Amino acid sequence: MSCIETIQNYGLRAIGRGERILPQSDITLCEQFVLIGSGLLWNIYFAAIAVFLGFWFAVALALGKNSHNPFFRKPASAFILLFRGSPLFIQFFFAYEIFILLPKVGVEFSLAGITLSAELRWLSAAWLGALIVLFLNTSAYSGNIFYGALQSIPKGDLEAADAYGMSPQKKFRRVVWPTMLRLAWPSYTNEAIFLFHATALVFFSAFPSRQQSGDALYYANYFADKTFNPFVPYPIVAFYFIIFTLVIIVLFGRINRRLNRHLPKAQRARLKMPRQLMR
Amino acid sequence: MFEFCASPDQLETLRWFSCYLTSGKHLTFYFSFIVVFVLLALAAPSALLFGLISATASRSHNIIIRSIGRTYIAMVRGVPDIAFFLFVPIALDQAFEYIRHKTKCPDITDPVRQGNDFVVCEVAKLPLSSAPQNMHEIYGFLLALLAYAIIFGAFAGNTLFGAMQAVPKGQLETAEAYGMSQRQVFRRILLPQMWVYALPGLSNLWMILIKATPLLFLLGVEDIVYWARELGGAKGSIFTYPHPDWRAWYFAGLLVFYLVFTGVSEWALGKLMTRVNYARTQTARKPKNPKPAGAAA
Repeated sequence: MSCIETIQNYGLRAIGRGERILPQSDITLCEQFVLIGSGLLWNIYFAAIAVFLGFWFAVALALGKNSHNPFFRKPASAFILLFRGSPLFIQFFFAYEIFILLPKVGVEFSLAGITLSAELRWLSAAWLGALIVLFLNTSAYSGNIFYGALQSIPKGDLEAADAYGMSPQKKFRRVVWPTMLRLAWPSYTNEAIFLFHATALVFFSAFPSRQQSGDALYYANYFADKTFNPFVPYPIVAFYFIIFTLVIIVLFGRINRRLNRHLPKAQRARLKMPRQLMR
Repeated sequence: MFEFCASPDQLETLRWFSCYLTSGKHLTFYFSFIVVFVLLALAAPSALLFGLISATASRSHNIIIRSIGRTYIAMVRGVPDIAFFLFVPIALDQAFEYIRHKTKCPDITDPVRQGNDFVVCEVAKLPLSSAPQNMHEIYGFLLALLAYAIIFGAFAGNTLFGAMQAVPKGQLETAEAYGMSQRQVFRRILLPQMWVYALPGLSNLWMILIKATPLLFLLGVEDIVYWARELGGAKGSIFTYPHPDWRAWYFAGLLVFYLVFTGVSEWALGKLMTRVNYARTQTARKPKNPKPAGAAA
């Protein structure tokens, strides 16, 4: 089987298209590259959606934690504490067990509608259940980053906005929001990279993979078990992840440059591979 | 454990739970929490040692040593740590067995990799197939520990390297001007000064290490996650303590355990940080308000 055929057969294997049966023996390098690459689609799917949706929830959490009103501050702080203080691995397990129990509890309510119970069953599948956990987790971490940025907005800027007679909404839109984003962006980039890496946990925690369609690490582990040679598949995973980490850095770097465009060159924060771990 | 536990199906709720939660399996479950602490107690210092070695190597004047140190430190960035957790133990296991195979059975010339198999001679196996079961478990735990040390050593190396760079150059030059050797400068100036700069990064690392402990489950160690799944699963009437699926409760318990653990750690590290910062600001202030001679004790 040539490599082109392998790509046709296994290129979309991770999302259930193409050949059903995974290569069993005489595994070629091409097959490993293609299948692990196809698994990476899951990692990208989880990371992209969780980061995009998490961003908005994180802003809400940060504003909540920064609020003077305890009605907003307490729940936001508690949420951030809960998700930052416990391991993601345990969160996956806990959420999965809850998601399994939910449809059973739903039966007792009974006849609330067939569509509802069907949707609840989706919760225990990785594509939705794990995505929800990742979304909540990244929201908590990013929320804390944004909260830190809100705290370090220069007082003078806020006072100047007041002195100009800006309304609270206008002040938020013109001063608080852009400054918060600019200050938080390097750490937020770090968090996005971490979340992308954390997606590799999904199929190794409670969430089962259906029809052997899993993420990049899932296939790497499969090949390592089959060939008993970890020195080929894991470096391939590393290769893919490094490439996509660099892609994230370039994308977020573009946004960073835009956020900093009004500043003199020397003051701009540069983005690099994370030097310091933020989690 | 208690005498009244002989026939649990007769007991009322409170007593039933006091029996259930002290059953033999549950005591093993509680013991596995100690495994977590043992892992942390061993992994943290060994990771710190790996970090210290790699950070020192990264500052070496020898280009080979320096590039080895920097590659090791850079290794963990860009790749998920869980990939390393899956890779390092099996890679180390094969490396150890390969070395033993080469030294103990030099007359076997067959290649070690035959198709999809990894074949070493009988005496090179680790642990020996005749070894008792708990030797296998201890070997598995040690491999896991080494994996933690290598991965978190690279993280720590990153932090310590940054901290070493942050020590003011003038202090090191002054020490050299006093005629100290490189070794003395390292031991007397760089090492003690570095910790202040490394502390925030290291405390962050400690929190990450705590939150990485459940990954032991992936390495095949019977840890708290394993037992929570095992004990929480639904038990039919053939069991002494039948109950429905309680895994959610068990994982809620683990969640609380980690929340308390990270909470206490954060509090303790915060205390340490204020102390260190206090000491630093005091020393920084000294030249401005010199104490009268003899007052300093």
